[in-house]
Amino acid sequence: MSAVTGQTPAKTPKTSRDWDLAAVAPFIALALLLVLGYFANPNFVSVANLLNVITRSAFVAIIALGATYVISSGGLDLSVGSMVAFVASLMILFLNSGAIADPVLLLACAMLLALVLGAACGLANGLITTVGKIEPFIATLGTMGIFRGLTTWLSQGGAITLKDRELQALYRPVYFGNLLGVPIPIVAIFVTAAIAAFVLYRTRYGRHLLATGSNEDVARYSGIKVNRVRTIAYVVQGLCVAVAVLIYVPRLGSTSATTGILWELQAITAVVVGGTALRGGVGRIWGTVCGAFILEIVGNIMLLSNFVSEYLIGAIQGAIIIIAMLVQRSLMRR
Amino acid sequence: MTDAPGKGVPANHLSRDMNGSVPGSPAQPLLSAKGLSKTFGIVEVLRDIDLAVHAGEVHAIIGENGAGKSTLMKILAGNHQPTRGEMSIDGQPVSFSGPVDAEHHGIVLVHQEILLAPDLTVAQNIFLGREIRRGLTLDDKAMNEGAAKAIRDLGADIDPNTIVSRLSIAQRQLVQIARVLLVPHRIVIFDEPTASLTPHETDALIKVIRDIRARGVGVLYISHRLPEVKEIADRVTVLRDGRLVTSQAASELQPADMARLMVGRDVAKLYPDRHAEAARETALEVEGMNVPGYASDAAFTLRKGEILGFAGLVGAGRTELMEGVVGLRPGRGTIRLNGQPVRFAEVHASLKAGIAYLSEDRKGKGLLLSKDLRVNLTLASLGKFIRGFQIDAKREREALDEAIREFDIRTGTKEILAGQLSGGNQQKLLIAKMMLLDPQVVIIDEPTRGIDIGNKEQIYKFIAGLAEEGRSIIVVSSEMPELIGICDRILVMRSGRIVGEVTGEDMNENTIVALATGVTTGAAA
Repeated sequence: MSAVTGQTPAKTPKTSRDWDLAAVAPFIALALLLVLGYFANPNFVSVANLLNVITRSAFVAIIALGATYVISSGGLDLSVGSMVAFVASLMILFLNSGAIADPVLLLACAMLLALVLGAACGLANGLITTVGKIEPFIATLGTMGIFRGLTTWLSQGGAITLKDRELQALYRPVYFGNLLGVPIPIVAIFVTAAIAAFVLYRTRYGRHLLATGSNEDVARYSGIKVNRVRTIAYVVQGLCVAVAVLIYVPRLGSTSATTGILWELQAITAVVVGGTALRGGVGRIWGTVCGAFILEIVGNIMLLSNFVSEYLIGAIQGAIIIIAMLVQRSLMRR
Repeated sequence: MTDAPGKGVPANHLSRDMNGSVPGSPAQPLLSAKGLSKTFGIVEVLRDIDLAVHAGEVHAIIGENGAGKSTLMKILAGNHQPTRGEMSIDGQPVSFSGPVDAEHHGIVLVHQEILLAPDLTVAQNIFLGREIRRGLTLDDKAMNEGAAKAIRDLGADIDPNTIVSRLSIAQRQLVQIARVLLVPHRIVIFDEPTASLTPHETDALIKVIRDIRARGVGVLYISHRLPEVKEIADRVTVLRDGRLVTSQAASELQPADMARLMVGRDVAKLYPDRHAEAARETALEVEGMNVPGYASDAAFTLRKGEILGFAGLVGAGRTELMEGVVGLRPGRGTIRLNGQPVRFAEVHASLKAGIAYLSEDRKGKGLLLSKDLRVNLTLASLGKFIRGFQIDAKREREALDEAIREFDIRTGTKEILAGQLSGGNQQKLLIAKMMLLDPQVVIIDEPTRGIDIGNKEQIYKFIAGLAEEGRSIIVVSSEMPELIGICDRILVMRSGRIVGEVTGEDMNENTIVALATGVTTGAAA
């Protein structure tokens, strides 16, 4: 929407230009980071390393795509990290149950189950905030505790591990495999992002979502079913969590009570770094993807270089979200 | 209160002292400005404005939106620096570094918007930022007394312990004025203070302003409402396109002259002629409508092609009744549309049935100010712009072109945000947006609030045009002349009930005021 069509001559209003600047800022930051990475350690920009880094960003990137929906609708979802743990645990338990004899069919059903569970968890969040009229912060803080607690209970404080070797081998390529030389998780990021961008920018639902986040009253007075729009955003978030789970489970084949801890922080950081406004009404899908890359690359540079301890990653990520907000604020003031 | 130290000193005492020190010559203006100009970028919004404000005088500044009134006031109140020109107080040249500096010179501004913290009490708001303290703690007693006195001085009766969100708009405005007047002042600037007040409340405010004037304070008064300007102003300055058109004694000008000077042409006919007679068939019929807390047992019918007015004081429940009818608020009652019983649990249902409600709160509920015109225009009717799964942006742009033509939305570029349009153009955009739904019943709440006279005239014409197309219109308005000017029939509400209907010869302000206030004695009888 920020793209100003060519037909208007030089007299573009100042605001449109600001929009553009805010939209490209994360990509500039990413480019600068790549240069910085090169100086820190020339190995950083090797194709192998970059593919590796981006692959590892897949979980947060995909979850953050859902978070972009929730945040631009004017909501917030703090439960995504524990939702990953909860959905992944149930998925592994289902696989371990061996309910279906045929391993391929079992795996397919398990994947479907994950998607349904993710959507259901999102639906719960959505209904609590819209029908229950509870602040998203509080509602998802509550479900965050619930999902985490249920995971701990399911695992009895330990780990839930995929036991069947055959299933492991069957499922493994979903994380470690390639499609035309591109790791599957990277394909997953871009396919999910492309769908998310299409829906957000080109469809009626997307327009309604942005209108709702921009001003709920205006949306309501325009005949938009605001509660439904918001609830669907949480369902989209749940589905994105499920997609992340689909590529997370084959990676380690195991979950525990600490799976996905602080992922909500990373997802929200990616969204904000990507230029989406926390107050809602503006969603930047590709910015979010870029933000997720930035987070992972910062971590990778810290690993490859020696000047900052890798134990400080959490602190650095926390600092990034604050810096991103400051930059956003200063771009808006112009 | 009078012995409260420091910042808590009541304003009028100090201002009297300050006025006392002014040489009594009436020739010397309190504040004078010469050749004020202001340029933003390459746009010159004010050019060579001369202005003099005398003590004990109400000086009205009138002009259409965009004429430069607000910019001028912001310069005088220290929010903007003039590009050229100078100002002086008591003949001494001054320049303000900011609003606080202007306040130190005794110039205070009553904003058009209500700028109060809704969750704090009246007293807490009045003393916000200049709290009276005793040692380390707040002296609530002194502040409550000070607030009570400040409000009494305005001739009002509001408990200083009331939470501001419980007050009516008019009461909040009084609190805001009380808060401003607590600053020692010699000149008070009122920026469209009556924009959201009913006639009754406006009268009360005019009395307050007269009291302020009687204290020897200079008053600058900005308003769109010309009869009111005529009533209160001693001197009128007219701005048009950033220039000063005239500055004369108010006694020399009639409202019609003022309108002509503001617009630069004759606006003798503000209200359009109505040709078509309303048909006999009923379009909308409402019976026994209850909106809990706002309206009870309301019944009315709206005929095809009719313009039906709803008059009443602010808080009479007109807006809430309409919101109840269209499903924006919980309400109960029988609604028949073209004879068919309907129920609207949500507003999208009534929009679908062909009833459009245009909110009085354009900026808060009508338009997405941070989105562009195209997105705003099609928001309520996106279904018509879908091809396959996608929104057809090309068709949207065509619709925008058409809306800009049809409703004369004036904008340099189509790429600007809705919030950058003037009030009048925002209203036109909102009408265009709702008309895309092709509604048979259109409910317009305060169609011309905060809109200048040139745009008003156009909006009246659009409303009349919609009725002529056979649509049925309800106009909710606090401006009686406009209801009388464009409506076929007016219903009057008081305290949540429809208390009367006026038609034909009875459509005059006295009759309506009598019904709206419930005071049937005297001239109105």
